[in-house]
Amino acid sequence: MSPRRTPSGGRIDRLRTIRFTFDGTAYAGHQGDTLASALLSNGVSLFGRSFKYHRPRGVLTAGIDEPNALVTVLRGDVREPNIPATMVEIYEGLVAVSQNRFPSLAYDVSAINQLGGKFISAGFYYKTFMGPVIGPLKGTRFWMLCEKIIRRAAGLGRAGNVPDPSRYERMNAFCDVLVVGSGPAGLSAAREAATSGARVILAELDPTFGGSANWSGETIDGEPAIAWASDIVGELRDHDNVRLLKRTTVWGYYDGNTLAAIERVGDHKATPAKGAPRHRHWTIRAKNVVLASGAFERPLVFAGNDRPGVMMASAAMRYANQYGVLPGDKIVVFANNDSAYSAAATLNKAGATIVAIADLRQDVSEDCRTLARECGAELLTGHAVIATEGAKKLAGVKLAAFSIAAGVLPGNARKIEADCLIVSGGWSPTIHLASQAGARPVWDDDLQAFLPPESGNGWYGAGGFNGTFSTADAILEGFAAGRKAAGQPEVEIGTAPDIEPAALDPRPAPVFEIKANGKAFVDYQHDVTADDVRLAHLEGFVSVEHLKRYTTLGMATDQGKGSNVPGLAIMAEAVGKPIPEVGTTRFRPPYAPVSVGSLAAERFGDLKPDRLTPMHDWHLENGATMYSAGLWHRPMIYGEPGETVEQAYVREAQTTRQAAGIVDVSTLGKIAVQGPDAAEFLDRVYTNLFSTLPVGKARYGLMLREDGLVFDDGTTWRLGDNDFLMTTTTANAGKVMQHLEYFLDVVWPELRVHLTSVTDQWAGAAIGGPRAREILAACVTGTKVDNEALPFMGIVHGEIAGAPVLICRLSFSGEMAFEVYSGSGHGTHVWEALIEAGEPFGMVPYGLEALSTMRIEKGHVTGAEIDGRTSARDLHLGWMLSKKKPFIGSAMMDREGLVASGRLELVGLISLDNRPLNGGAHIVAEIDTDNPHGSLGHITAACFSPALGKYIALALVSGGKARHGKRAHVSDPLRNRFGPVEIVSHHFFDPEGKRMHG
Amino acid sequence: MLITCPYCGPRDVSEFAYQGDGNRKRPDPASTDPETWNAYVYDRLNPAGAHNEIWQHAGGCRAHLAVVRDTLTHEVSSVRFAREHGAPTHGRRKSGAKA
Repeated sequence: MSPRRTPSGGRIDRLRTIRFTFDGTAYAGHQGDTLASALLSNGVSLFGRSFKYHRPRGVLTAGIDEPNALVTVLRGDVREPNIPATMVEIYEGLVAVSQNRFPSLAYDVSAINQLGGKFISAGFYYKTFMGPVIGPLKGTRFWMLCEKIIRRAAGLGRAGNVPDPSRYERMNAFCDVLVVGSGPAGLSAAREAATSGARVILAELDPTFGGSANWSGETIDGEPAIAWASDIVGELRDHDNVRLLKRTTVWGYYDGNTLAAIERVGDHKATPAKGAPRHRHWTIRAKNVVLASGAFERPLVFAGNDRPGVMMASAAMRYANQYGVLPGDKIVVFANNDSAYSAAATLNKAGATIVAIADLRQDVSEDCRTLARECGAELLTGHAVIATEGAKKLAGVKLAAFSIAAGVLPGNARKIEADCLIVSGGWSPTIHLASQAGARPVWDDDLQAFLPPESGNGWYGAGGFNGTFSTADAILEGFAAGRKAAGQPEVEIGTAPDIEPAALDPRPAPVFEIKANGKAFVDYQHDVTADDVRLAHLEGFVSVEHLKRYTTLGMATDQGKGSNVPGLAIMAEAVGKPIPEVGTTRFRPPYAPVSVGSLAAERFGDLKPDRLTPMHDWHLENGATMYSAGLWHRPMIYGEPGETVEQAYVREAQTTRQAAGIVDVSTLGKIAVQGPDAAEFLDRVYTNLFSTLPVGKARYGLMLREDGLVFDDGTTWRLGDNDFLMTTTTANAGKVMQHLEYFLDVVWPELRVHLTSVTDQWAGAAIGGPRAREILAACVTGTKVDNEALPFMGIVHGEIAGAPVLICRLSFSGEMAFEVYSGSGHGTHVWEALIEAGEPFGMVPYGLEALSTMRIEKGHVTGAEIDGRTSARDLHLGWMLSKKKPFIGSAMMDREGLVASGRLELVGLISLDNRPLNGGAHIVAEIDTDNPHGSLGHITAACFSPALGKYIALALVSGGKARHGKRAHVSDPLRNRFGPVEIVSHHFFDPEGKRMHG
Repeated sequence: MLITCPYCGPRDVSEFAYQGDGNRKRPDPASTDPETWNAYVYDRLNPAGAHNEIWQHAGGCRAHLAVVRDTLTHEVSSVRFAREHGAPTHGRRKSGAKA
């Protein structure tokens, strides 16, 4: 027989049938089923293939700790791999497929790996593929050959490659008490905290509140545990100060009691509710946390412990009580503790035959003997399962006598037919969040488990989390933890509730592994066996952290929820030390896998911020191709029909040099530097003097970092005695502001200076070319713009089309040029007036490409040359370093390395083969295409120069000026561009500056 | 991690920009002694425990704050205006000394 649905019982809604498919086969389940319970109810026992050996695997657990039954859920073309079937709620039309099998789950060609097990034990990849080539079947090259095949054969689900259309969102929440887990302990804590008036959040990872109350089958004070739980949930719902979050996994515990959680809002629905996200990320700041996260039952390690049909005892009980599913008809129980006996009783009551109970202990309590007798099971104390039989599902188990001291005893093994084996190896408290919060777990010999400390900085524990496994005590602990977390005074705890059936002794025998022939799995999901752990020890791995990385034990998507303690125990035995001395690994976030979408949420796609200049719409309406510069969008070219980018920028630059051009410079950083000490402040931050700058004039300034390298450049305008307008490069606007604020606030608080970022307050248009002055004269009122009124670097106030403007005569293009600033609200108005005035003179708007072309022709530096490695002298800006005063960087700029010969210096390059040059290409003395080497420097910016009629570039080249007039070569193997160049001065065009000085 | 800005109150760390080791004191600008400058520009304390740091409330009032933070727990034990108190006084210099 196979697993099946019981005729009655369970918390499923038998009147509501839900259809879904698994591997293309149609099945039906009921409302309230998980994919695992629904498939089991249909007799399915084979869920997947294992990671390395491709062994058939079934379902081991009923919860988030499931290592075997991982599936991929498909929604259209979107695939989400590696979801435990135990965590998938079925919905109408659900499509799920199994993983790591080819061509099908039942017939998997890679299953042959099972025979080669010795070869792919721990460290197989390191040993085979790392290091030098010795023979044909070793080394890194061999890896490159095998990688594709291995990557396909190993691993779990396949990721999708289409964009995820789902919406995700983030929420921030604040509370006095966050309760993690809604079992009896958590509910009791939440009720106590809520009653005291505290703001409470209760987070439960399952779709229903109640935790173990949903499947324990207990009664609490005569009432079924489920009814007890729903009463409390109802009560909590009536509180205004309580937020109930189901399907919400708290996965991270960070400093300051900040916790991260993921709420699966839409995964259980065929179509998400209108406007609802798929997942919601919660950042929860809690004054105090109650950790009531329960415990995991852990497997025993024995040969064949992974065969489909082997299941955790508590999971089998949960399938029967919560889902109305029997995992088998003829069940054998294998345990080292009492808890499996209540599972046996439950399954027997639900209709299964309990064939035998193999208990590793010789002495078994009278309570257990009674339970065994009542369910008609043969009780075999001092016995162990040494093997399992069956192909794709369990057919029988082999039992042998066992003693805790000596292990498996010699003698005849006995075979028992069974279709299900339920196992209990004791319980491990779910201490992950406490461990993340920095708590050091303590080994408890009685419970053979790591327990959390009593409480931590900001949290209190209750229930199974504390190693308290009786429901009565868990409720009392929850009560106490809820009061403490809510800041209530301690009170005398009343009488414990009356729980039926009575709690069994939770203490297991200290046995983790049954040594016998065959593969015995510790970590099911990564196919790590007990022998792998011992091999790691033999090879010298002594630290548990190294063991973990070498064998990959506990590194799969389940993060070793079940395998952690058995793995440590086996390691401890190999090392010959007690478990607490071997220690445990520290748990890190996330507790369970988290969707990347929920972390990114709205910081994606359309919702990322954009910065647009005031004239943005005009650029779009006038044919600009836009270009992203950081968050800014700037015109790249204003192309005409049929033009290439190069043709467009060449036309724009040429027209500017022949007549006039206009460019939007609103993105330049602008900082108002004001106050009685503003001039002194500027003298300290710039390398050159600003205190000598007359009102109504601008000056080009250079800033260094403290280490003496160039930081930024720009012009600063003196608008009044104590009033300066500083401009910075677009890219460094924020950094410069921060730099200035730091020095003003931290280093020179005595200076009376105020800084204001005014980048967004001013719109800027630069207009340049031989006709620029005439164009201005045609539209500016209120001031003259002739050479006398507006000399080079002069500033005037005036009006354009009724809007006040500030005009400064300065030039980046090398032409006679002016920067016209207006309030950003007037930006488009002034721009359009300038365009209209320019029309009779043949003025064109130009974009970043033409701007860059003209600056390369002039040899002006930008971010490509100011790359954090160049000094002022490297860029031929040594003349700007004042000797009259100290400034930021002055003490460090003459260090040995910064004045050494052979540094990379700014030069110009001319392509001698008349082909384009590329930024990033290296400059070499001799070309060697096979083995490129001997770089003298690199190209920083390149263009076609309409002024010279040649392809040119700026470059940083060792020796710099000394190489002027010499030939060299570009070497760019990545783009396969090699060719001769001539090294020249970076001033390609109008080196005397006649054009801009006019 | 929360930093309690004296102007704005307790705010999430994402509003702040780290501005480096707060134990450094900028040398006399007139000096060019390479040792002193080298120490100021490149040497950083990196204690496991309480550390003086400068943070700017970049997403808020933009004030620079002298913060004492425990590098092991992120616990912030003191926040003051860097402007009023100069560099914080934990670590190299004795606690309570004026900058």
